[in-house]
Amino acid sequence: MISQEPLLQVKNLTKLYAPEKGCEAIDFELYPGEVLGIVGESGSGKSTLLNCLSGRLIPTAGEICYRNRDNQWLNLYALSEFERRRLLRTEWGMVHQHARDGLRMGVSAGANIGERLMAVGERHYGDIRARGLQWMQDVELDIHRIDDKPTTYSGGMQQRLQIARNLVTHPRLVFMDEPTGGLDVSVQARLLDLLRNLVTHLDLAVVIVTHDLAVARLLAERLVVMRHGHIVESGLTDQVLDDPQQPYTQLLVSSVLTP
Amino acid sequence: MNAATIRDGYNFAYLDEQTKRMIRRALLKAIAIPGYQVPFGGREMPMPYGWGTGGIQLTAAVIGQDDVLKVIDQGADDTTNAVSIRTFFKDLTGVKTTEKTREATLIQTRHRIPEVPLQADQILIYQVPIPEPLRFIEPSEVETRKMHALEDYGVMHVKLYEDIARYGSIATTYAYPVRVNGRYIMDPSPIPKFDNPKMDRIPALQLFGAGREKRIYAVPPYTEVLSLDFLDHPFEIQRWDETCAICGSDHSFLDEVIMDDQGTRSYICSDTDYCSQRVQQEAVA
Repeated sequence: MISQEPLLQVKNLTKLYAPEKGCEAIDFELYPGEVLGIVGESGSGKSTLLNCLSGRLIPTAGEICYRNRDNQWLNLYALSEFERRRLLRTEWGMVHQHARDGLRMGVSAGANIGERLMAVGERHYGDIRARGLQWMQDVELDIHRIDDKPTTYSGGMQQRLQIARNLVTHPRLVFMDEPTGGLDVSVQARLLDLLRNLVTHLDLAVVIVTHDLAVARLLAERLVVMRHGHIVESGLTDQVLDDPQQPYTQLLVSSVLTP
Repeated sequence: MNAATIRDGYNFAYLDEQTKRMIRRALLKAIAIPGYQVPFGGREMPMPYGWGTGGIQLTAAVIGQDDVLKVIDQGADDTTNAVSIRTFFKDLTGVKTTEKTREATLIQTRHRIPEVPLQADQILIYQVPIPEPLRFIEPSEVETRKMHALEDYGVMHVKLYEDIARYGSIATTYAYPVRVNGRYIMDPSPIPKFDNPKMDRIPALQLFGAGREKRIYAVPPYTEVLSLDFLDHPFEIQRWDETCAICGSDHSFLDEVIMDDQGTRSYICSDTDYCSQRVQQEAVA
């Protein structure tokens, strides 16, 4: 199912703020349609890594290579900022932990979904509107609320709107930073279910950062465990969670509360 | 220079020569990059921000002794802003002033473009309150500059989208965003969108000055100026069912005037010079 050539290659990626603060010597590959989870405690460098990967933080060393739709390999930080931004709004998506960071709160939901389309040159209002409605449905939002501002949406709805806004240009790779953080458990479950369906249907590759191992188990096929800026263990999700090899991973797995 | 015509103790056109040079340098850059906002060291002028401090500095920087100056405010030559600025320059330069669009070499304007097509030897100077067309959606100046540099203009259509979603059509009627020379998105200053087509590929030079924001931009002669729109909601200008109550014009921009306490309305040309020229021609014929 997973094709032979990777989508994303990370080699010796380093961005340190202080010794062991940030991420250091990170290597991994991501294949098309694969969901990779990055887990670890606060301050382990998960978010730094994600910011570097998603083109928003220039690393001090190492490189990130991405294979685009035309099968060309692009070195992310060798691209001009123009090309990088273009990539970010066409082939990539970014789902923030706080919907406010990823949405335009001052304009309607429909405009939020349509913005990426308009940014890549879509100029037909009727089409943009139709695709907005379609995506509202796909993420289980009430289509009658397409002209409401996201400020009037609940936390879970905002998060779903953020996902729709990202997926509208059919990206191949989506980064998610704690997409379920700050949501109550029932809303979390619904969002996770939605995400799992979308990921399978659209054949998305996803890098998801979370400190919640349950989220990781549900969504991720492969897991990377980080501590002090390094990858301490990686492998298939079930393998890492059911049979952790490293002391830190063992500690992490055993700290999960089960009701 | 005929010193007798200038008020004592002042330099020609109020600003000192170094300031004028600085503004002219910024102007040259602005003309070289159509639609790009050039920062300049805007000076305090003897009037409040919002009354045309940007436009007046540009006029002061380009005005020469042989120029003929016309100043309009919302199309009219006889409103407070227009009269004050005209008197100011009369006092401090001694140049000829006029109300006739055809006779003027320099036209400083607030919120209108004259109805009479402008010629190659004319310069139109706009007073601009907010030069940044992206400001309504992106409050950060750092970010808007980057968006201009990278041609990241998706948000401009977001505004138009919001209009259609809310009102069924593009409801923006003034300060309607344009794309200059296929590159920069520009705020044409708060002129009615009726005037937008008049900016496109005209022989005259158009200069824009924002005093409070300290920005200058320009549209050189014969430069393409396109109003943004959607394929299924094309750009349209305002139209009126009425005609001008004074000259009978059915094709100029009309102001609605309330005549009495019962709400009787009348429509008259906003361009006073155009209106009186038409009345005169009719009288002759």
